[in-house]
Amino acid sequence: MTSTTGPLAGRRTLPRKYIPVLVTAALFMAMFVAGGIRYDGFATGQIILNVFIDNAFLLVVAVGMAFVILTGGIDLSVGSVVALATMISAVLLQHGWPAYAVIALVLAIGAVLGLGMGAIIHYFEIQPFIVTLAGMFLARGLCYTIGTDSISIEDATFTAFAQSRIELGGGMWVSPSVLITAVVVLAAAYVLHYTRLGRNVYATGGSEQSALLMGLPVARTKIAVYTISGFCSALGGLLLSFYMLSGYGLHAVGMELDAIAAVVIGGTLLTGGTGYLLGTVLGVLVLGLIQTIISFEGTLSSWWTKIFIGLLLFAFILLQRLIGARRR
Amino acid sequence: MAVPAPILRMNGIGKQFPGVKALDGVDFRLLPGEVHALMGENGAGKSTLIKVLTGVYDIDAGEIELEGRRVAFSSPLAAQQAGISTVYQEVNLCTNLSVAENIFIGREPRRLGRIQWTTMRRRAAEILARLDLYIDVSAPLASYSLAIQQMVAIARAVDVDAKVLILDEPTSSLDAGEVAQLFRVMRRLKDQGIAILFVSHFLDQIYEISDRMTVLRNGKLVGEYLTRELGQVDLIGKMIGRELADLESLEGRPLARQSAPLVEAADLGRAGSVRPFTLTIHEGEVVGLAGLLGSGRTEVARLLFGADHAGSGSVKIGGEPVSLRTPRAAVRRKLAFCSENRRAEGLIPDLTVRENLVLALQAARGWTRPIPRRRQDELADKYIAALNIRPADPDQLIRNLSGGNQQKVLLARWLIMEPRLLILDEPTRGIDVGAKAEIQRLVAELSDGGMAVLFISAELEEVLRLSHKVGVLRDRRLVAELDNDEGLTTDTLTETIASGARS
Repeated sequence: MTSTTGPLAGRRTLPRKYIPVLVTAALFMAMFVAGGIRYDGFATGQIILNVFIDNAFLLVVAVGMAFVILTGGIDLSVGSVVALATMISAVLLQHGWPAYAVIALVLAIGAVLGLGMGAIIHYFEIQPFIVTLAGMFLARGLCYTIGTDSISIEDATFTAFAQSRIELGGGMWVSPSVLITAVVVLAAAYVLHYTRLGRNVYATGGSEQSALLMGLPVARTKIAVYTISGFCSALGGLLLSFYMLSGYGLHAVGMELDAIAAVVIGGTLLTGGTGYLLGTVLGVLVLGLIQTIISFEGTLSSWWTKIFIGLLLFAFILLQRLIGARRR
Repeated sequence: MAVPAPILRMNGIGKQFPGVKALDGVDFRLLPGEVHALMGENGAGKSTLIKVLTGVYDIDAGEIELEGRRVAFSSPLAAQQAGISTVYQEVNLCTNLSVAENIFIGREPRRLGRIQWTTMRRRAAEILARLDLYIDVSAPLASYSLAIQQMVAIARAVDVDAKVLILDEPTSSLDAGEVAQLFRVMRRLKDQGIAILFVSHFLDQIYEISDRMTVLRNGKLVGEYLTRELGQVDLIGKMIGRELADLESLEGRPLARQSAPLVEAADLGRAGSVRPFTLTIHEGEVVGLAGLLGSGRTEVARLLFGADHAGSGSVKIGGEPVSLRTPRAAVRRKLAFCSENRRAEGLIPDLTVRENLVLALQAARGWTRPIPRRRQDELADKYIAALNIRPADPDQLIRNLSGGNQQKVLLARWLIMEPRLLILDEPTRGIDVGAKAEIQRLVAELSDGGMAVLFISAELEEVLRLSHKVGVLRDRRLVAELDNDEGLTTDTLTETIASGARS
């Protein structure tokens, strides 16, 4: 506080809040241009659309994660809930349940799991890290009680979702999952920016104590974000089932970390209160584009993806630190 | 005189914390259209009473009536909806959100559930304009000074349809002009029939603005008085429960003695923080630092203590050049720094008084050599008695202590280290006259005992009273170094701060 000199200091610092998102956007553009120069057939719109198609489930999960991280929390259970969602879908479809009933049930289960974890975190004042870690083991364990093998999905509705192409003209296309994801992202951005719930999320992340003293419903907000994250994980699980056409307890191992990485690379502060959903979308795109570049390169093993993600994370955390330090 | 029916009445309020009886059968009432000051020393129960009233704490005994109806608030939200708004001592806003949002969050203007940002910004600007504050309402609150944040908090509280407005130490970070501005706003609200509960340690401000006061001591009610009928001396007597005479015994500080220089800073500076300054502190000398908020007082202290890296210059301690790269190095050289921000940088709220007391000593010894429990108990008992820390229970958690007592624990932590130079940054801010006098006397005693003290305070009288020498800072530059002789008064000091040099 000591370095803030007066009313006018604010005007020049205003755009600073956009810096992390702009950096991520610039990085994405740079990667795309570099890829286009280096590889034939890279610089096409379809490449970006493919990134969306291959990472639709991750993006949906990351959207839920963004809500949680904006309140200053963390949700480690998302990967396991995704796996659980694929498993439950596969088994129920195998038993001849109608596809839409399965979808509704899976989404409800995800939301209820999130609700439960949120309630425990808030009412017993336990670290979100520990509660969602327990949720992670629980959900992963439940997958194996359903079955230890991969169960394939042959339901007509699910295969239709998996195989249909929505033409966008000019030879470009997307899968239905991408449309669902787009709706989720737009809805989430609207909620965060234009509704009280969204603003309460930012306020809680900024200072929970202050939010409480300002009379904001902190309890409801915190529980809501874990419910949203649970719901998004279940939806991500359904999108993964469309993509893989199977349910398996080993699906989405470590996806929670990819989601966290995407949110952080997208410029959201892990301490909460700062960040934009657009950043999270860009974060997922950056992660997806790294994979694409490595597959284009051909000679690099897929582990290089992890190495690049690791380096990027370091860079972005340092960037946030620098911005945060200057603000103080 | 006809007294209107009270808008708020509290009867026989009791509140118990583990090991502390914070409130015991306190009665309190607020009349519409008055400014009512709540007075008492630290730990008298003022904050607890406010927190009980605003639903932060439950009450163990008694009842609260608002407009004749019995109420019990389960949360600050419930109290706010009933018309009781609060501005706390520490600004409780979300600095990551914009100014406009901080005023409106929780009750944003909406259409079909969609927040109307344009309307919100326009209305926020209007509300602030009524407080004579013209700032960019879409900028994040963090980009403004503490004083402006405070005004935003008041704007928020006022704009909620408040019947009762509670201002808990709103003026502790405001300068004189801002205080006048706040008082203008308070008078207008008073004329609108709002009851204002005002807490401040500045007696002059209390006498300027308040109509009536209630005095608490040790969690019990002392009485309710009309401000104009109770003189300052009587008031202090009622607050501390004894006469003021012994508080005035600090007069006649001896002039700086010709002792050996202890700390010599030459051209010490840091870009963006303080311009290079030269300052010598002798053994047994109290050096005061005066200047406006943000003039670089804290930065000087942090450089001397090694909390910030110096960009230029050198420091000699006891004639020997040293490099104070970290606070650890400074602690080894027997320097101690009592930070201004006791909540964030000093105390660990979930540890006990004893554990907080021995923390610095333990850190200096290294973790492999724990301080024996018996020695810890001895130290705790000694300093609790020496500094009159209340409650006198070494196993009490720090967070259950009042601000002034927390400050004393922090002070004791460094005194245990037996430093040669003690740096005190605003040690008396936000604490009452009784504790303030105790701390001032302690500083005087320590310096008589040979310890050098660097004393930073926004209150010029306090600086003048204690210091042998006063350094004046302005715009992050040490502009003057004045001997505290007969000729130095608060007026000359103010003039120096204002003009930048001794005229």
